[in-house]
Amino acid sequence: MTIHPSFKGRSTRRSVLAGLAAGGAALALPGRFAHAQSAAPIKLGFQLHRTGIGAAYGRWYERTTQAALKLLNDQGGINGRPVEIVFEDDGTDPKRGAEVVEKLTRQANCDLIFGPLFSHVVIGSAPRAAELRVPYLVCSEGFHVASGMLNRWTLQPGITDVRSQVSSMAPWVTQNLGKKVTMIFPDYAFGHDHRDFFTEAVKAQGGEVIAHVAIPPTETSFTRYFPRIPKETEVLYHVMIGPAVLTFCKELGEFYGRGARPEIFGFIDSLEAVDMAAPGLEFLEGTHFWEGHCRNIQPDATEAERAYRAAVGVDDNGASVSDARDISTYAHMFSCWETLFLIKRGMEEAGYQGPAERQKFVEAMEAMTTMAEGIEHPQGDKMFHGKTHQVFGHQNISKVESGKLIRVHRTSIEDGMYPDAVDYTTHSF
Amino acid sequence: MISGPFLLLALMEGTVMAAVLALTAVGLSLVFGVMRVVNVAHGEFFMLGAVLAWFVAQAVPGPAWVAFLAALVLAPLIVAAMAALADWAVLKRLGYEPEATIVATIGLSYILQQAALSFFGPDARPIEAPFVWRIQFPWFGYSGYKIVVVVAAVAVLVAVWVLMNRSRAGLVMRATQIDRDTARAFGINVDRVYAMVFALGAGLAALAAVLLVPIQQAHYLMGHDPLLLSFIVVIIGGLGSIRGTLIAALVIGLSDGVISFFWSPTLAKILATLFVALVLVFRPQGLFGERT
Amino acid sequence: MTRDLALHLAVILALAGLSMVLPPYHHTNTARILLLAVYAMGYNIAFGYTGLLSLGHALFFGAGMYATGLLTHHGGWSALAALPMGLLAGGALALAIGLLALRTAGVSFMIVTLMFAQAGYLTVMYFTSYTRGEEGFNLARASRVIGPLDLSQDSTRYAVALAIFGAALLGQLVLVRSRLGRVMVAMRENEDRSRMLGYDPFRVKLAALVLSGVYAGTAGAAYGVMFGYVGASFVATQFSILPLLWVLLGGAGTTLGPVLGVALMFYLIDIASSYTTAHLAVIGGALLVLVLFAPRGVLGAVRERWVRWLP
Repeated sequence: MTIHPSFKGRSTRRSVLAGLAAGGAALALPGRFAHAQSAAPIKLGFQLHRTGIGAAYGRWYERTTQAALKLLNDQGGINGRPVEIVFEDDGTDPKRGAEVVEKLTRQANCDLIFGPLFSHVVIGSAPRAAELRVPYLVCSEGFHVASGMLNRWTLQPGITDVRSQVSSMAPWVTQNLGKKVTMIFPDYAFGHDHRDFFTEAVKAQGGEVIAHVAIPPTETSFTRYFPRIPKETEVLYHVMIGPAVLTFCKELGEFYGRGARPEIFGFIDSLEAVDMAAPGLEFLEGTHFWEGHCRNIQPDATEAERAYRAAVGVDDNGASVSDARDISTYAHMFSCWETLFLIKRGMEEAGYQGPAERQKFVEAMEAMTTMAEGIEHPQGDKMFHGKTHQVFGHQNISKVESGKLIRVHRTSIEDGMYPDAVDYTTHSF
Repeated sequence: MISGPFLLLALMEGTVMAAVLALTAVGLSLVFGVMRVVNVAHGEFFMLGAVLAWFVAQAVPGPAWVAFLAALVLAPLIVAAMAALADWAVLKRLGYEPEATIVATIGLSYILQQAALSFFGPDARPIEAPFVWRIQFPWFGYSGYKIVVVVAAVAVLVAVWVLMNRSRAGLVMRATQIDRDTARAFGINVDRVYAMVFALGAGLAALAAVLLVPIQQAHYLMGHDPLLLSFIVVIIGGLGSIRGTLIAALVIGLSDGVISFFWSPTLAKILATLFVALVLVFRPQGLFGERT
Repeated sequence: MTRDLALHLAVILALAGLSMVLPPYHHTNTARILLLAVYAMGYNIAFGYTGLLSLGHALFFGAGMYATGLLTHHGGWSALAALPMGLLAGGALALAIGLLALRTAGVSFMIVTLMFAQAGYLTVMYFTSYTRGEEGFNLARASRVIGPLDLSQDSTRYAVALAIFGAALLGQLVLVRSRLGRVMVAMRENEDRSRMLGYDPFRVKLAALVLSGVYAGTAGAAYGVMFGYVGASFVATQFSILPLLWVLLGGAGTTLGPVLGVALMFYLIDIASSYTTAHLAVIGGALLVLVLFAPRGVLGAVRERWVRWLP
């Protein structure tokens, strides 16, 4: 598979791009979309973090979605109709996010919207999606959907939420790494979710979180917080995000050096799009990470996993096939791929014809339960909860060995289950 | 938990932060002092220094220290040239009118950010430190490179002081700062002085960034924080006072670190921010500036 | 009826007429623009007329947004009762900060306001258990109602936004035509001379800043309730710089400059992002062109060259 020129992200172009071309090319083949009642393309809107703090993710979310779109159209589109995707930059800003929902729905006339990662964009945009009565499928891993904070039109079918991720991991961490945990996290909602749910889950396992180290949001240097880590700490749990995380890991390495240190368990969010071989990260050797999807290909990788990697243009180390220094956001970006194929499934089950059937589409999504592993779900099988609009999947714990992330544990779906906090199906549309 | 060794660590971290701040701020102080231009793009010149350092480090083969030295020389020079160009193409045409230059430098900062995003990409990228030297204290380890940053910052500050106070160029700049029209009457080419000062200011920011990339990393949005902090340092230190800049940088670097020992870190940040604001309220001319 | 008043009423009437003909997408955009224009007018009162270059106005916008938002979300207040609280919060905070910050001037004033706003932003983060920090929170549809007016409905929202905008616009006109307004301009032009004429610069500037805070607070409160989201990005530094850009773009010290600036900036970003991925450069370039060729902003240039009487 060659990388499409537009994947470089440098060319100036209209937002309706390769998808349109792919759709058009497919249309030219007679018989391909023969079963469609209408040959008009289905138009999906993608809310993209092309600029702003989420840009490193956005670039890979776009590449993954383009690859999924190509496959989807090669397979015959949705309901026999070709599909095109309109990408619109939200600047990773909630105010602009809501405007982008408006633009995609009312100006580009998209049938639905998907793709945002950052929680504040999701929460800022969701009210407008509900007002416009347009399905809004987020790829954000936040607990905002399942907590009941959002609305009937907002779903998260492509990626497990943070509460589930965190609780499913706690048993392995307490049994294998240690029972006295210190947590380092950013001092705002994203970090607080980790703090609350992991602390609770560790306690349920008979362990204890002995210290919480909250890092202020504007911080760029971290060394002076490390003395807050108690000496008796057995496991250090870290989940920093943003461009300063490399500094964080390097400074942690300098702090402990080659001397005694606790076991270290981190969320790969800290190092998405970062090369594990980057100078200063040698210290991470032997530490553990959560991964939504394993960046380095594992020996037991499925056929679907290999096909997905090839389609997106990612090599065995999780880097772009055209530039080994260009590391993907592999642990998260599968959510765009899987969400697109779920949109296909939902639309086909709802017999979706046009915007008048948006509600039927949401109901079809809510009726879903199991999702089988395969090319539509290369990350693995999943279980969808219609009531909470949230999907549950397997999580991976990997250990850094010779600069590669080697999986040491894969949780079961049941490990990440928790009681429903909301029943969206009782909410009005 | 609050014990001697860790207070020592906080002080060391505060000193490193102060050094970097002073280095970044001294360029802004020059531009602001001599030209009275509020250069909002100063942070982007800083960012460009880091980004160019990465490109240079990629292009230069051989050991890490060679690439680093090349970056240390080339990146500030390129940034200085770009700044001189911006001065000639935009600021000069605006007559250095305060409001207009603010808008122009905001515009410039958008363009520079976009350039970095398009050509460098959205990822944070580190470059290798010129050497690996980790100091092991009985209680914790510390990066030896950070100490080099402090030394280098002090050296640059001394050099700037010498330039301003002992050289002919410094005399010309100070004369222009005090009275632009009189300076012109004495045959000083004010346009050239301004272009030079603007380039020097940007070059110093870039130099600070190159020193910093091995600790932090190049990222296209990294210019924001240094900009704000440098402004604070410049104002608190008093215009054109290098001594003031240094002391203000120390006050800010240390207050943040030490306060965070006694309160929760976020609360400490709030208190430190308010403290800086109140210093300005009650000493608006800065700690070392003179009332004008 | 004076020429000024006629012009302003005509603008309000034209906007009311537009609501009938605008396509849906631009209809909602216009409602957004009108509310943001109230924020920009507030900024214009401080900066355009009084010469107070603040870099912390997001704090006043945020005060309004969070006061109203938290009272509805956690306190169960109705939007009708909570909205005036937003207005008060903006004004009260402006008063408190003005008392301190107005001891400084020029660049020190910029930095002090910036610092206070930064402290405000961090405070929102510090109280994450109430504010949900950077994520923010949604306001329930049921709470976004004023009597019979459902603010989540497009046409109602537009009408209410226009009403607030109209009141703010006329208020601004009255202000700049009043004695206080003329003294404000005198402060901007020459503070020492106004002092010699017997005016107290501190009190005049404080009055302007408080009014400015009331405008910003109103805009923030209304924006939160009408679009159902309260979040920390509205208190961030970037959101303090925006009104400065809007006002300079439209024309500082003109009554209609703020709304024009907001609209131009909105559509510049909107249109540029459809055509190029490098839209930051387009915005930067536009600002450079503006400042080089129309340094007084669009309406400033119009006033200078063609319509001398433009308020």
